[in-house]
Amino acid sequence: MEKRVIVIPAYNEERTIAEAVRGALQVADLVLVVDDGSSDRTSEIAASSGAVVARHAVNRGLGGALGTGLAGALRLGADLIATMDADGQHRPEDAKRALDRLSAGDADFVIGSRMLERKGNMPVRRRLAQLLGNALTFLLFRRWVSDSQSGLRAMTRAAAERIEIRSSRMEVSSEFVKEVVDKRLRLAEVPIEAVYTAYSLSKGQSFLVGLQTAFKLVLHKLLD
Amino acid sequence: MNAIQLVLVVFSCFGFGAAVARFRRGRLSRAQLLIWSLLWAGIVAVVLRPETASFLARRLGVGRGADVVVYLAVAALFYLQFRLFSRLEDHERQITALTRELALKDIKEPPHGR
Repeated sequence: MEKRVIVIPAYNEERTIAEAVRGALQVADLVLVVDDGSSDRTSEIAASSGAVVARHAVNRGLGGALGTGLAGALRLGADLIATMDADGQHRPEDAKRALDRLSAGDADFVIGSRMLERKGNMPVRRRLAQLLGNALTFLLFRRWVSDSQSGLRAMTRAAAERIEIRSSRMEVSSEFVKEVVDKRLRLAEVPIEAVYTAYSLSKGQSFLVGLQTAFKLVLHKLLD
Repeated sequence: MNAIQLVLVVFSCFGFGAAVARFRRGRLSRAQLLIWSLLWAGIVAVVLRPETASFLARRLGVGRGADVVVYLAVAALFYLQFRLFSRLEDHERQITALTRELALKDIKEPPHGR
């Protein structure tokens, strides 16, 4: 059977990382936590929970951590790679569903969408921000996805080898869509349920960060 | 010479001096030194004899000499801003690449498997 690796980027997530790692280990052969220069005990806790840990010496942002995660997963011999958030908002069974979708063989890249089945308790402001993200992603990269900002995604080894992540921060989610379009990868979406807690809400993109993300996306589009 | 002229000329001399110093340390090429020298010389010329700018303005079809100076300055600032931004992005990417290599240098699968 294929080797499945789940990548979890984490920045100061000592409160939730152990549970995230243990959950991910139920549905993957290996869990790679990329500690993005945390100042807390994220690395130690992730390692003692059973994850392989790659530690950034300095904080590089979500995009930087995901890029490291993909490169690391490839080095660890992954056949299928999924990414999940460290804050507990993604359920392991949803990661499994995304990976299974790849095993079916008709997709190279899978996005776990919070919108296909409107379950879970996504707050209105999140929903609005997500719609804006989707619209901007569509305008820039000509591909409509129902949840362009989702942190749960999965890809085959061949896809991960071709995808080049250049953005450092939150704009990485849309950059994945861009890469899927540019590299002509087959995209599929699977429904997932996001679990919003006060903790995970405090960790996501604020309105201001969202604006910065949008600005960066436009800038990169113009310059690259 | 009035006060503003004096201030600007002194400032330009400092700018020229800094360019020469960088050239001596091998940080500027001969061509770059020439460009900076021309720039500072041009500024001094316009400061001491504002009618030079008026002449340029008429040639370029802009009303006043002072306007030409402002337009050119804004264009130059935009250009420098753009270069600075590109440089910064390059550096960001290089730091990320470096951080990545260090982080992945000795990751390996735990011997006990899952």
